[in-house]
Amino acid sequence: MKQLRVLSLPYLVWMVIFIVVPIIMVAVFAFTTSDGNFTIDNISNVGQYANIFVHSIWLALIATAICLVLSYPVAFYLSRMEKHKQGTMLMIVMLPMWMNFLLRTYAWMTLLGNNGIINYLLGLIGLGPFKLINTSGAVVLGMVYNYLPFMILPLYSVMQKIDKSVIEAARDLGCNPVKVMFRVIVPLSLPGIVSGITMVFVPAISTFIISRMLGGGSNLLIGDLIEMQFLGNAYDPHLGAAIALVLMVIILAIMTVMNQFSPDDQVLI
Amino acid sequence: MENIVSLKDLVVEFEDGERILKSISLDIKDKEFVTFLGPSGCGKTTTLRIIGGFLEPTSGDVFFEGKRINGLPPHKRNVNTVFQRYALFPHLNVYENIAFGLRVKKTSEKEIVKRVGEMLELVNLKGFEKRSVNRLSGGQQQRVAIARALVNHPKVLLLDEPLGALDLKLRKEMQTELRKIQQALELTFVYVTHDQEEALTMSDTVVVMNNGLIQQIGSPTDIYNEPVNAFVADFIGESNIVNGCMPEDCVVEFMGRKFKCVDKGFDPNETVDVVIRPEDVKVIPAEKAKLTGIVESVVFKGVHYEMTVDGVDHKWIIHSTKAEPAGSMIGMDFDPFDIHIMKKTEEE
Repeated sequence: MKQLRVLSLPYLVWMVIFIVVPIIMVAVFAFTTSDGNFTIDNISNVGQYANIFVHSIWLALIATAICLVLSYPVAFYLSRMEKHKQGTMLMIVMLPMWMNFLLRTYAWMTLLGNNGIINYLLGLIGLGPFKLINTSGAVVLGMVYNYLPFMILPLYSVMQKIDKSVIEAARDLGCNPVKVMFRVIVPLSLPGIVSGITMVFVPAISTFIISRMLGGGSNLLIGDLIEMQFLGNAYDPHLGAAIALVLMVIILAIMTVMNQFSPDDQVLI
Repeated sequence: MENIVSLKDLVVEFEDGERILKSISLDIKDKEFVTFLGPSGCGKTTTLRIIGGFLEPTSGDVFFEGKRINGLPPHKRNVNTVFQRYALFPHLNVYENIAFGLRVKKTSEKEIVKRVGEMLELVNLKGFEKRSVNRLSGGQQQRVAIARALVNHPKVLLLDEPLGALDLKLRKEMQTELRKIQQALELTFVYVTHDQEEALTMSDTVVVMNNGLIQQIGSPTDIYNEPVNAFVADFIGESNIVNGCMPEDCVVEFMGRKFKCVDKGFDPNETVDVVIRPEDVKVIPAEKAKLTGIVESVVFKGVHYEMTVDGVDHKWIIHSTKAEPAGSMIGMDFDPFDIHIMKKTEEE
């Protein structure tokens, strides 16, 4: 076992150089001015973007909730299928992930545009045109579409471990299908629910591509805000670092709350 | 006694055309301890699952207290099951596992406390209420599974090889305990096992199954003493089974020798299976015997010696309190009523 521990060394070094050090640098940037003096102005300035934070959290929450509702029955159905069919179905679920992320989102632009395919088809039957693109709805759609597999996979992997006989025992003891779901499947799949929510919520709250491509100017998210501070006109890496730090604290807080629902031996962070 | 469960011509066929049950008809009486006994794949668990409502027969009817219950889902049937590997709820402790069925039925808290308490006492698990089921031994998990089923006061308890995972000593204890519980609560138990000794010691009625068919239904004594065919004889304890024929009533010929027996009513020279229990083979001096053999091995089994004896076409298993040395020639003889003659089964 001792020899094997040596093998984890490369990643440990990697982790320190490219994860720990950068986080410290972000923190340092957040608490300094461009001359290198200590300040808390950056942090307090984050406050004026409160509405963007609220909007981002709100959209990410809606997208996460939709993903959960859509994925849960699918994951359950998948986990109960015959083993060899599960593999094929899982591949189909994963299939969109093989296509480039930008391309996938770009495709939605052409679908949702004012002169896009959806409005064109609706026009044929005398409806619309509707404003589909550049709305919050379009952003949520983009998030759901892109992050759905991240919800299905952890749910599926937990549910697959639920023994068929435990479900039969519940039915035997008087549960109709709905009660089986809420008294046995949900409690036993809780770790999967928690990790699915985390895997969708975290990228959704910090995305900037989806909101920029599908959201238009009125749907600025935290990710966009941070990007503007580093690459955009509003160049201010110290404010950008402060926003990133606040976002990190928020995510950390949310995950701590989430972990309260997970059994003790399956804490995620 | 009235019938509580009746099965009529049950057939189960899988999609690939494999027939698991070929035609099962059976009446189970109220307060009876019935055991389905047979090798794996014989259809015993399938039959149990049909009674529990987990499997619908391809054809045939299931009656419960005279009412046809085909298609009725498990949660609406007045039976409960003890599953093969217990299938306890890992997210609930011992108390909540037992209380599960009562909570689902919205039983009052007072009633739950009372009934779960009774069950904990019945299965000797007082003091384990708060224990996680993942931290129980196999025997304790087994008790929780039994209590969880019995707390609902089912009319029939189905048990699917419940003692299969326990070690021998614990099994013996649980066999006695289960029988006691069944008699104390005056319940109908339908028990599935492949262990013939378990079936014989616990049951009122044994149903021997093979290849999706019932071979014999009877009391343990009947099944042991009067097996209807070679399969039952072989499955219930060790037996010597040899080919023979019946030249006339009360005479059987096997291995070229004629022996007196008590069976009649066969066609002249009908070929039959001749079954003789190891303990019914009498060892006599070789020079006085019609049949002889050479002792191959002798194993001490506690109460008796088990000898393997090489006859001409058959290796005889003989149980005797006196051992003959390996390599010696011995003679064998049989009392007429110890020779069991069985018609050849059509299959195989």
